[in-house]
Amino acid sequence: MTAQVTSAAVSMTAAVPTSHVLAVAAILIAIGTFGVLLRRNLIFMLMALEVALNGAALAFIGAAARWGTADGQVFVLFIMVMAAAEVAVGLALILQIYRRASTLDADVLDTLQG
Amino acid sequence: MTVLFYASAAVATVASLLAVTRTQALHALLYLVLALFAVALCFLSLGAPFLAALEVIVYAGAIMVLILFVMMMLNLGPESWARERHLLPRHAWLVPAIMASALVLLTLFAVLSAPQQATQAASVGPKAVGVALFSTYLIGVELASVLLLVGLVGAYYLGAKK
Repeated sequence: MTAQVTSAAVSMTAAVPTSHVLAVAAILIAIGTFGVLLRRNLIFMLMALEVALNGAALAFIGAAARWGTADGQVFVLFIMVMAAAEVAVGLALILQIYRRASTLDADVLDTLQG
Repeated sequence: MTVLFYASAAVATVASLLAVTRTQALHALLYLVLALFAVALCFLSLGAPFLAALEVIVYAGAIMVLILFVMMMLNLGPESWARERHLLPRHAWLVPAIMASALVLLTLFAVLSAPQQATQAASVGPKAVGVALFSTYLIGVELASVLLLVGLVGAYYLGAKK
């Protein structure tokens, strides 16, 4: 399962450096954070969260590729399960909020602010 | 495979950026689907074909369609686009852009200044993933199934008309 390739074999194949994968993952997470900070509509904030989750998944895949094991891929599977549950509950909440307040503007929905 | 990774990483970055900045929800969703396809290609180029397939089937397929259904139920029309544009004035971009670029610059500095290590070209197939999933991480599978059940019941309860 953990087919270890020697460093000579690694240098022979023109593989992507792990740091570049992590850099792309960091960019995706930053874009997701940017979206959550920027948007005031709940459904867009949820979509920005998905972008950030994808960045995290890419970081796990990069680590899995670095070590040549399946563990990172298993964790991406768990991220997908978590994202599915999060989106289902989040969208149900969004629908319920829209029914009650007729808006999805996060600045208007400040009842809990006191 | 290297070219495929960098090309799809570029597409993923641009599409993600467009997805979080569009004012029309449907356009944003389509860009998000494009970004997910690009990330799936990244997975494929990094030797994770099973996860690439799952990213397309589960993420770009099921989860995005779920969001699409809710968008259809919300009756988003031209007036919602105008409202969305109103929610995104010029000055609102500044602080999130500064914070996100600070985050990305710091992370890039930390990641790129570390010693370079190449990823392994050998791809890890579905069999290895399945073996790891149902041996080492069996407890995780059980917890994930409980999480999905809780999500299902929670979504049903919260989504019901009261």
